[in-house]
Amino acid sequence: MESSDMEITLTINGAQVTARVDPGLSLLAFLREHLDLKGTREGCGKGDCGNCTVLLDGQPALSCILFAFQASGRSVTTIEGVSEKERLAVIQECFIEKGAIQCGFCTPAMILSGKALLESNPRPSREEISEAISGVLCRCTGYQKIVDAIEEASLRQGGG
Amino acid sequence: MTENLIGGSFPRIDGVEKVTGSATYAADMKLPGMLYARLLTSPHAHATIRDINTEKAKALYGVKAVLTGADLPYRVGLYMVDKPVLADGKARYFGEPVAAVAAISEEIAEEAVKLIEVDYEPLEPVLDAKKALEADAPLVHPDLDSYECIRGVFCPKGGTNIANHFRLKKGDAEEAFTRCDKIIENEFYVPQVQHVPMETHASIAHWKPKGNIEIWTSAQSPFAVRHLLSVALGMSQSMIRVVVPYLGGAFGGKAGIHLEPLVALLSKAAGYRPVRIVATREQEFMTLPCRQGLHARVKTGVNAEGRILSQEIEYIWDAGAYADYGVNIGRASGYSGAGPYEIDNVKMDSLTVYTTKPFGTAYRGFGHVELFWAIESQMDIVAQELKMDPVEFRMKNLLKPGATTITGEEITKYTGSVRKCLEEVAKEIKWGETCGDGGGETCGDGGARGRGESAPADAPTNAPTNGRHGSRSKGKVRAKGIAVLHKAPAMPPNTASSAIMKFNEDATVDLLVSGIDYGQGTATSLSQIAAHELKLPFERIHFIWNKDTDFSPYDWQTVASRFTVMGGLSIIKAAEDATRQIKDVAAEALNVKPDALEVKDGVVFVKEDPSLALDYTDVVMGYKFDNGNSIGGPVIGRGNYIAEGLTNLDPETGQGLPALNWTYGAHAVEIEVDTRTGDIEILKLASAFDVGKVINEGLCRGQVIGGCVQGVGSAIHEQYIYDKAGRLLNASLTDYKIPTVKDIPHEITPIFVETPHDKGPFGARGVAEHPMISVPPVIANAIFNGTGVRIKELPLSPERVFLALNPGRSKT
Ligand code: FES
Ligand code: FES
Repeated sequence: MESSDMEITLTINGAQVTARVDPGLSLLAFLREHLDLKGTREGCGKGDCGNCTVLLDGQPALSCILFAFQASGRSVTTIEGVSEKERLAVIQECFIEKGAIQCGFCTPAMILSGKALLESNPRPSREEISEAISGVLCRCTGYQKIVDAIEEASLRQGGG
Repeated sequence: MTENLIGGSFPRIDGVEKVTGSATYAADMKLPGMLYARLLTSPHAHATIRDINTEKAKALYGVKAVLTGADLPYRVGLYMVDKPVLADGKARYFGEPVAAVAAISEEIAEEAVKLIEVDYEPLEPVLDAKKALEADAPLVHPDLDSYECIRGVFCPKGGTNIANHFRLKKGDAEEAFTRCDKIIENEFYVPQVQHVPMETHASIAHWKPKGNIEIWTSAQSPFAVRHLLSVALGMSQSMIRVVVPYLGGAFGGKAGIHLEPLVALLSKAAGYRPVRIVATREQEFMTLPCRQGLHARVKTGVNAEGRILSQEIEYIWDAGAYADYGVNIGRASGYSGAGPYEIDNVKMDSLTVYTTKPFGTAYRGFGHVELFWAIESQMDIVAQELKMDPVEFRMKNLLKPGATTITGEEITKYTGSVRKCLEEVAKEIKWGETCGDGGGETCGDGGARGRGESAPADAPTNAPTNGRHGSRSKGKVRAKGIAVLHKAPAMPPNTASSAIMKFNEDATVDLLVSGIDYGQGTATSLSQIAAHELKLPFERIHFIWNKDTDFSPYDWQTVASRFTVMGGLSIIKAAEDATRQIKDVAAEALNVKPDALEVKDGVVFVKEDPSLALDYTDVVMGYKFDNGNSIGGPVIGRGNYIAEGLTNLDPETGQGLPALNWTYGAHAVEIEVDTRTGDIEILKLASAFDVGKVINEGLCRGQVIGGCVQGVGSAIHEQYIYDKAGRLLNASLTDYKIPTVKDIPHEITPIFVETPHDKGPFGARGVAEHPMISVPPVIANAIFNGTGVRIKELPLSPERVFLALNPGRSKT
């Protein structure tokens, strides 16, 4: 441990975590390298691609441009925390059924962005869905089916 | 249930791993004792490396290995063995790796990289492929003659920058031009763009003390990596193991071989510790390969009835610094380079030319997105000159059964129908009718904008033809466009695939193939084919995801939309083999002839008397008689497939049979151009492909939508931008924009035409690449139809469109 390390305590997917980290450590590296939560992906490390999106107190946030210490005292949800035990969440099922997945690299960020949207706006329009995922790049799907999947999840969760 | 396995919409089998984030990609893996590598890249587009001093880097705590080009006398390449592992005495592009460090952490490796001192002597860069052909152009590869390549197929010209010159000659183009009523010649340009997979290239290599190498990598083609590495290092293939886990997008950019040799050699140099490298996004743009640029010149001669009598085509491919894999683009796009048209007289020269820029490699469409920019723009221009509707003009000239392609291949009723595709999209877009809600002006009046006083110099002065479909309101013009396309897999004539099916005790089946599913959904389609052929429920097929050259059967490469076809055919044979084994054992057990037996749903039974039956669980590990005597043994089905009947092309005339199968397609589009900003909205894109047979409709639609949007990227957003010294200026996702959800067409309508292919599984053809092809010209054709302005360079960015519509003005 270097002397400049700082202690942080945060909630990750419902469980409390305490760790000593370098102040320069990104939240993304903390999740991936220290906690082995590999579902959060690095597509650029510069805040441009949105693939590293996590939820910070329920709001989408880019983990690559946040320091780990900035999440201290807050609650972080990653893709690993989306399904309920063995059961997939409705939005995850909808991604599979609607064919909203190709290579799967962006999928965690897309699902988390959709989840955050549906929590604050249970019955969004397609434009609102597009707005919510507009910061996440996907090179494979052409987005249309991702919007379909989030729309379907809204309907199934009885949104509105 | 074994019904409806082919043609339905099975959800992809990798869905759960992907929605839970548990799918493992190469960069997610960690091996005990693993080191981290970083690269030092060239700040010059072209420079002699006089000296490299690595002393300080080596002395840094935690650094385990530092390598430079001088340490690595190896060259690699798929078709043209021209690429050093690290720059060898000369840097040939801005971003080329010059030195590499392996250290105990990324941070230390990065710090060490900064301590490496390189003494460069800058040379004149070669940034324009046309200028690279001039006699006094600096040579990118002065030793070109000494490189290995497949001679007879490729012909590099020592003492020039020409990596290959593909020639094609059908009929007598020159003579035929003398008989034409009109001759129309145009030049077109496509800049370099990039694949931009969301997962950057990542490789881990472990050189073992025993001398064998294990590699985990983000590659499209584990066997190609193994083969090329074995050739480069002079090692037996049996000493190299390549594993490919989940792949985060590839599109051609991860085919061939990339960072694998470097990490392997770093691992050896670091005392046999595993080493990982993950490209940064910046390196993904500037260090790893991109798509070649293209300068095209097309000269078309037609008679008054609108038949194309003669065509002369020149393609100059901007290969960048290495022609490795990309050299085959000039050849593959040569033999299909006139488009799906019946033309009796064609002369084509397709040159692959070195420049000092990042190098181009395979990218979805393998040259066809680029060449169709030229061909399908040209076809609309010719139709316009003839005052003929573009659909009608194409219908007069498109290939049909009985016609021959430009390499002399005869089109049959099994080849597929480009006409049907065009008809379908024209119908879907309501070709010939007024654009929707366009402000009341008639469609036929399109092209009004851009004429009158502010008409640009090259705007056509002739009256709009009935092919023009514009309408306008308040600076916004609506218009329609159409374009067609084709492509066949580009591969050596002896390309092969294989498949293994291993039965488990409970009569489930492990399916092993080595095609990589990097999102296309091939794993699901192939599992469907396997279940169908084995007459087993889909759930019983266990597709083995990781591809591992130690365990998986051979496959050439997962490229060229060939895998559903070639992998599918291998699987069909493997299923036959397995079923035969099952029937042989059951026949003995039931005391009947094998051909008296039938199989279904995991039961083998006597056709005449289905009550005489055995469950697979009693057969697939061998059958045990009541007295304990046993026969048979574990059932393992084996199937292989090699492309049959293909030939090399004649080096002088380009004649021969290069294509396993052709997939045809067509797009139709309705757009809205904002003449005040140059912005283009795509209101509707209808895209039809003759896939022969849809194996999985949901996945096919997914390929089409995703491909179309990538095509929109090439059409409107993407290009590499350099400064005068050849430094790439937009190596980030801020400066190099790919489509976001807000840039997609309002509506995309995939249409599947099913003209069965006589050699494909169930008549199927590949369709992974095709949706992207001809998206740029369909938009440009619509722009012309709406505004009368023809743009011949990509991308159709707001700035370029604005300037084309408002010549002489600068965009504010
Ligand atoms: S990795 Fe965070 S935005 Fe790209
Ligand atoms: S599915 Fe590949 S990046 Fe979105």
